[in-house]
Amino acid sequence: MSRTTRLRLFLTAAAVLAAAVLAAALIVAAEQLPGFGGARHPYGERAVAAGLARQSANIVSAVNFDQRGFDTLGEESILFGSVLGAGMLLRLARDEHKRRPAAEPVLPTTRLFGATLLPLTLLTGGYLVAHGQLSPGGGFQGGVVLTTALHLAYVAADYRVLKRIRPLAVLDVTDAIAAGSYAALGLIGLAQGAGYLANTLPLGTFNALSSSGLVAVINAAVGVEVGSAVVVLLAHFLDQAVEVTPRRRNR
Amino acid sequence: MTVLPYLVAGWILLAGLYGLVTSRNLVQAVGCLAVAQSSTYVLLLAVGYRRDATAPVFSDLPTDAPVVDPVVQALALTDIVVGATVTALLLSLVIQLRKRHGTVDPEELTGLRG
Repeated sequence: MSRTTRLRLFLTAAAVLAAAVLAAALIVAAEQLPGFGGARHPYGERAVAAGLARQSANIVSAVNFDQRGFDTLGEESILFGSVLGAGMLLRLARDEHKRRPAAEPVLPTTRLFGATLLPLTLLTGGYLVAHGQLSPGGGFQGGVVLTTALHLAYVAADYRVLKRIRPLAVLDVTDAIAAGSYAALGLIGLAQGAGYLANTLPLGTFNALSSSGLVAVINAAVGVEVGSAVVVLLAHFLDQAVEVTPRRRNR
Repeated sequence: MTVLPYLVAGWILLAGLYGLVTSRNLVQAVGCLAVAQSSTYVLLLAVGYRRDATAPVFSDLPTDAPVVDPVVQALALTDIVVGATVTALLLSLVIQLRKRHGTVDPEELTGLRG
């Protein structure tokens, strides 16, 4: 038996053993978890009660932007940080240059489809963001839908059309302002003597667009931030795919 | 069998990890990481599931209707956002690797280079 065969045999045996141990651990752990579909959800019930007390119909939004508001600030900062990081990593290197993207042939029906769907998708995204405190959806989901709307231009036409309807410089700044405004909105609670990100705004009537106080405001800020952040993020990647080319080929 | 959803989550995790270990392409490896991470969505939603209950959104429900656990749903949302950002960062690292080393095969990335 050669050395590599022995090593391979050993590694296989070790892997089988590890898999058996892992499977046993998984099954034991699964047995200890609360039963699937059970009626006891102590945290969930308290979150529902707290959300309803703050006049917010969508409890998931209430958890995210009110009860766990500070965690979501961190989450949103991660998104902002990753946009910054991707921008740094994918910046134009010294040995690269941008070429003008070529116009692509597009079927007129595809173009029509894109032109019809773009306003509809924008409207859906806006609705999802605006009603985040009432119905399923919210800033994160609506922001992504808004981004999708813009990128229909790339799917149904070409990159030049997308570049024309995508105000990248504006969105860059919007992203930063929206991310900062979340942190700034937390100060309202401090100013009123409660605590950072405490929901001290007027709560309004249940199930109305202006209900749930701070949740609706933060939700809108997050919607703007996510929408512009994903556009900027995708712009970096699309630039790499469509525009950036190496200046010389000696690597 | 009530532990089945949890075991499915474990299986998805292992499938993703298997892909990570055997992958010969870093773009695929990033995809496998996303698969491994998606097991946590299944786990979270399975923990929060309640039989005969509906979504925790009370805009057209009586306020005493049974709903599934909103806390884990919010956690799953956070999870998805973080997963997407991690994927984006990793993919941009892969693009840089491809540019500087000319390969996306982890086996061929041997020497350190300044």
